[in-house]
Amino acid sequence: MMTQIVFYVFAAVLVLSATMVVCARNPVHSVLFLILAFFNAAGLFLIAGAEFLAMTLVIVYVGAVAVLFLFVVMMLDVNFARMREGVQRYAPIGGVVGGVLLVELIMAFTRWRVASNIDQVGHIVPSSPTRTNTAALGDVLYTHYIFLFQSCALVLLVAMIGAIVLTLRDRPTGRRQNIDRQHDRTPADSLEMLQVPLGVGVAAQGGFLRPHTSYDVASVPGSYGTQAWREQEMEEETQTALVVITPAAGTKGQDNA
Amino acid sequence: MHSAIEGIGLGPYLSIGAILLVLGVFGIFVNRKNVIIILMSIELILLSANINFVAFSAATGDLSGQVMTLFVLTIAAAESAIGLAIVTVYFRNRGSIEVDDITMMKG
Repeated sequence: MMTQIVFYVFAAVLVLSATMVVCARNPVHSVLFLILAFFNAAGLFLIAGAEFLAMTLVIVYVGAVAVLFLFVVMMLDVNFARMREGVQRYAPIGGVVGGVLLVELIMAFTRWRVASNIDQVGHIVPSSPTRTNTAALGDVLYTHYIFLFQSCALVLLVAMIGAIVLTLRDRPTGRRQNIDRQHDRTPADSLEMLQVPLGVGVAAQGGFLRPHTSYDVASVPGSYGTQAWREQEMEEETQTALVVITPAAGTKGQDNA
Repeated sequence: MHSAIEGIGLGPYLSIGAILLVLGVFGIFVNRKNVIIILMSIELILLSANINFVAFSAATGDLSGQVMTLFVLTIAAAESAIGLAIVTVYFRNRGSIEVDDITMMKG
């Protein structure tokens, strides 16, 4: 009895929030209602005994997909009020299509029944009452369904690479890795050994210099930016390269005091 | 037939799935201008498929339905990632995400 009450509460909230996803004026509200819908669907999964899937739904959808939607909705500077203009025009078409679909589904449901010999049908993966849901899923996922599982990994890899390739922007001022230059570097280019006296640190040398030769942008022509940009960069480097550490008056290095 | 949803039965679960499917299709048609809401409606449709899979899995005592749900989840995540990337690129190029504006490929 309790299970039924919980089920219908979850189901009602799920249907209401799914309606709000479709009908909300503000897309941010739509995303938030989508999150609510997924939480309630996870509740339905829990009632059906699919604990692992319920948790996966919460983690994957609420944690990743819905946040992705939220990012995109907030990042795009779209006039969402203008987006709602066509709703009155399209609502009848949507209503007709949705209504036809609903009627068809109701007709299918009323004539549909479970086959009487369902008990004799051999299960592909019978669920055993002695294993937890997660353990049982793991048992079959890595044995029976290993190739599908690997294909899913491939799909995710392709999706990841595709999303990066689609949205990656080439900025002319961006600094990117130059592997040849990295390999050509020698310690002599980039390291400077200093004889530092005790107690005064690099202040005795008048500060320390950043490695200069190998980071000189002029040494690789046309690496990034224009000539003007390069000169500005050089100027910034000369301004910031020298870090002078002056000890406060009367104090020496703390270590040797 | 041993069933994990003994007290509720298969019917309510399938009804929820059907209602979600109809809502998703309705949402695709109503929000013709906003691609993001269309993507969310597709998520709702996939969720309804997931609910059906889980319900049948629980009703028949066969775990393969839940495995299929896992794969549907994967595909849905990949689809929304790619879809949102396309939306972002499209918005960067055209300054709009209205479906009616996407007519460049008509020639």
